[in-house]
Amino acid sequence: MSQAGRRYDCIVVGAGHNGLVCALYLARAGRSVLVLEAGAQVGGAAITREFAPGFQVSAGAHLLHLMPPRLMQELDLSAHGLKLAAERLTTVALAADGGHLTLAGDSVFGVSDLADRAAYPRWRALMQRLANALHPALLDAPPRLGSGEWRDGVSLLRLGWIIRRLGRHDMRELLRITGMCVHDLLEEHFSSPLLRGALAFDAVLGSNLGPRSPGTVLSLLYRMAAPGGPEALTQPEGGLGAVTRALGGAAAAAGAELRTNAAVARIQVRADRVSGVALASGEEIAAPVVISNADPRTTFLGLLGSEHLDAGFVRRIAQLRSRGVAAKVHLALDALPQFRDLDPEALRGRLLVAPSPDYIEDAYNHAKYREYSAAPALEVTVPTLADPALAPAGRHVVSVIAQYVPYDLAGHWAQQREGFIKRVIDTLAVYAPQLPASVCGSELLTPVDIEREFRISGGHWHHAELAFDQFFLVRPVPGAAQYRTPVPGLFLCGAGCHPGGGIMGLAGRNAARQVIREAA
Amino acid sequence: MLTESEPCFRQPLLKTPFHERARAASQVDAFIPWSGYTTVDVFSTVEQEYFAIRNSSSLYDITPMIKYRIGGPDAARFLNRLTTRDVTKLVPGRVQYTVWCDDDGQIIDDGTVFRLTGGEYRLCTAERQLDWLHASAIGFDVDIAEITDEIAALSLQGPTSCALLKALGVAGIERLKPFELGHFALPPAAALMISRTGFTGDLGYELWMRPEDAGGVWDALMMAGQGHGLRPIGSRALNIARIEAGFLQPNADFVSAAQAQRAGTTRSPLELGLGWLVDFEKGHFTGRRALLAEQRRAPRRRLVGLDVAGNKPAHNALLYSDLRGRVQVGSVTSATWSPTCKRNLALAMLDVPYIEDGAAVWAEIYLNRELVWQRRMVRAQVVKRPFYAPARRRMTPPSDT
Repeated sequence: MSQAGRRYDCIVVGAGHNGLVCALYLARAGRSVLVLEAGAQVGGAAITREFAPGFQVSAGAHLLHLMPPRLMQELDLSAHGLKLAAERLTTVALAADGGHLTLAGDSVFGVSDLADRAAYPRWRALMQRLANALHPALLDAPPRLGSGEWRDGVSLLRLGWIIRRLGRHDMRELLRITGMCVHDLLEEHFSSPLLRGALAFDAVLGSNLGPRSPGTVLSLLYRMAAPGGPEALTQPEGGLGAVTRALGGAAAAAGAELRTNAAVARIQVRADRVSGVALASGEEIAAPVVISNADPRTTFLGLLGSEHLDAGFVRRIAQLRSRGVAAKVHLALDALPQFRDLDPEALRGRLLVAPSPDYIEDAYNHAKYREYSAAPALEVTVPTLADPALAPAGRHVVSVIAQYVPYDLAGHWAQQREGFIKRVIDTLAVYAPQLPASVCGSELLTPVDIEREFRISGGHWHHAELAFDQFFLVRPVPGAAQYRTPVPGLFLCGAGCHPGGGIMGLAGRNAARQVIREAA
Repeated sequence: MLTESEPCFRQPLLKTPFHERARAASQVDAFIPWSGYTTVDVFSTVEQEYFAIRNSSSLYDITPMIKYRIGGPDAARFLNRLTTRDVTKLVPGRVQYTVWCDDDGQIIDDGTVFRLTGGEYRLCTAERQLDWLHASAIGFDVDIAEITDEIAALSLQGPTSCALLKALGVAGIERLKPFELGHFALPPAAALMISRTGFTGDLGYELWMRPEDAGGVWDALMMAGQGHGLRPIGSRALNIARIEAGFLQPNADFVSAAQAQRAGTTRSPLELGLGWLVDFEKGHFTGRRALLAEQRRAPRRRLVGLDVAGNKPAHNALLYSDLRGRVQVGSVTSATWSPTCKRNLALAMLDVPYIEDGAAVWAEIYLNRELVWQRRMVRAQVVKRPFYAPARRRMTPPSDT
C-alpha cells in the first residue's frame, strides 16, 4: 500500500506489459513510480487465468515472439522467474486433405511444388532484409516532422540512410510493396494456396484487415521487424501471465510500487498540467507525470476528458480505428487432440487454419457486415504439451485466436456465444474429428469481453489498428505520436503508440525514455 | 424553403420569408446569394441606403445568418470550450460577441452567443459549423440543432430605430441595453425576441421571429417607418457601415481555418486584434495552448485600421514600406470611402513593425478613369478602430430623435 498523501514522480495507469516495462525503466532512472492496476493481478491482457475448473490459459496472446531478446536481457526477466517451456516453435498450416505444411525457420516442409519450396527461403531472406531496415525505427520515439529540432532531423536522416543502404533493388522493392495488400504480393512469389494462406494470416492477425486490404504487407513487415521474427516463437512456462509476473517482479525490484485493485477513474489536471489521478475509490494521488498504459480512447476520452483537449484532437481520437475482430476461444479437453496426418510432436507448435488467402478474406467479409465468420481463420496452440501444469494430469488446453469476430456484432452476443464456440469446434473437427467429443469446458472472449475485462476500448488487440494512417509518425494520432500528449505531464505508453501491439514492450521502454528526456 | 415540387436544381437559392416584400421594394433587382439564400445587394442606391443607417433607420434581412440551438446539461461547458470568451459570465438575457478557433489557434468563425432562458443558448455564425460543433461536442452532453430556417430575422439599425419600435407599441424597448435581449409583443399579434445587437456600430436592434409572422412584421415596420425615415437596405450599404464600425467580415478580412487550403493564410484572434476576446484564465478551450504560445512569441502581423490619403477606396491594395513599392508589408482586406467620417478608410493586414498606431505605409491603388487604368501610390496611416462610434450606440434609453 502507498502511504497516504505520498507524492510520486510518476504514476503509471495500468499494469499491462508496457506499463510495467515503462515503470521499470523509470524506477531504474531513479524516479519514484507508482503503478495502478484496476485488475486483481498485474499483466493487463497478458495474464494467465483459470477458464474451467483446473484449466489455465493465457487470456490474450498465447505465444511470446515479439519481445526483443536484448530487451528481455535488460529487463532481467529470467532472474525474476521467467522460464520458457518451449522455444523455436514451428508453424503448421493445416490442410483438410492431410497435406499439411510446416514452416520452420527458413524452410518449408510438405510443399509439393518445387518452385514454392525454392522460393520460400528467398522470400524469407528478402522480407527479413526489409524488416530489418524498419527495426531501428522501433527502438525510439518517432521523429516529429517540421519541429525544427535536431533530434528529429537526425532521426529522419538515419531512417533515410538505413533505407538507402538497402541498395537499389531492396529499396525499390520496399517502396513498391509496403502499400500493397499481402494477397497480391504472395501471388507474385508462391503458387500453393496453403502456403500463401499461412503467410497471409500473419499479416492480418489481430487486425481488422483482410489479405486483400491495402497495407497488409506493411503489417507483415512490421511483425517481422521485431527481432527474432516468427521463427522465434516461444511459449513461456505458466503462460503469458508468467511474463508479466516476472516484469512486475523486476519493476518492484527496481523500486516501482505496484498496486492492484486500484482502478483509476480520472487523470487530474490543474492549471493545464497533469496533477495526479483519482481512483474509483475516491482516493487521490498526486504526481507531476502520469503515463497511461490504457488505450488512447480510454485515456483521453475516459480518464482525462475532452474538456482538457482541443476539439480537433478529440475528433482524431474519437475516429481512431480500434474495432477489434479477434476473439479468443479456450477449450478444456479430457484427452490430447488427434489431428489427422499430423505428427503429434507438431502439436507443440502453432497450428493455423487458413487454407488460402481467399479463405481468410471470406472470413473477413462477414466482419465487414457485423457478422462473425462462417468459416473462421484460426491460430491454435495446445500449451499443455510443453507445460502440463496448466491442466489436470492427462488433460489438455486448446487455446485459439479466432478471426473474424466483429466488436459491433449485429444482434446480441448472449444469443450467439454458443453458436460461435460451436463453429470454432466444428472448424477444428475438420482436422481433428475426435476433438469435439473430448471438450469438457470452454470459454469465449469476444472483443466486447476483451473491452470489458481488460478495459481496451473496442477490444482491439493492438489498441489501435496498425495501418498507414495510424503508423509510426502518426501513431496513434498526430499530436500524440511521441508518447507525449497535448496536456503537459501526460504521456502514453501502451500498444496504441509506436511501435504498437503484441507482447513487445518497446512502447513502454520508448515512453520511459521520452519521459526521462522531457520531465527530467 | 425548398418544396418537393421544386427540385433543388430548379431553385438553387432559398427564399427568406421576406423575399416577396424585398422583391417588391427592390428598384434595381440586385440580389446576391448568402448562405444558400437569395438576398438583396442594393434596393435603390447604396448611398441612400447607407444614410438611412446613419441618419434615420434601416431594415436588413438577416434570416440567412446561420443559427444553432445549443441545449442540454453541458451547454455552457460546451460553449466555454468551443469559444475563446468566458461563457460562464454570460447571464440569461445577454449576448456575447465571440470567436472560435481550431487546435492551432486559428479563427474558424466569429459570431454571437445568446443566452436564452432555461439553460438554452443560441449561436449565430457566419458560416455553417455543424461539423465542428459536433466534433466539439464529443464528451459533452449537449443537443445541437441548426435552426436557421426556423427563425426569420430582421436587423433594424439607425438613430430612429428605438423610436420606431416604440411607435409600433413595443413596450419597454427603450430599456434594452447593448448586448441585451428580451421578449416583446408587437401589436397586434406577433411575438418577437429583440436583441440590441447589430453590425453597424450604431443604435440598432435585431428582431427574431417565427417565419409565419415575418410578413406581418415587415409590413408593420415599413408602415410605421414612414415617419422615421425607414428604408430597406442591401448588403452593400451595410458593408460601408461595418467598416466604419471596424467590424470584421469573415472571408473578407480573414479566411476561416476550416476552409483555408494554403499554409499561412489563416489568422489567429491575436493577429486580428481580437485579443480582448481571448480569456486565458477561464480554463481550457480549443486553441488555448497554441494561442498562449503565440502570445509568448513576438507578434508577426496584425489587422489594423488605415486612414488612406485621397478619396479613392483602397480596394485590395498592396501596402509597401517605400514609395517605390519594393518591400511589401501587407495588404488591404476591406476598404471604403466613409461618407460620415469623410475619410478614406481601410482594414489591412500589416507586418511588424507597421502595426502600431501612427505607422505610415504606402498603398498601391488602381484607378479606372473611363477605362484608362492608373496606378497611385498614396500615404496610409495606421489609426485606431472603430473609425466611427456614435455615443447613441450605447445610450440607454436612446434619444427619440
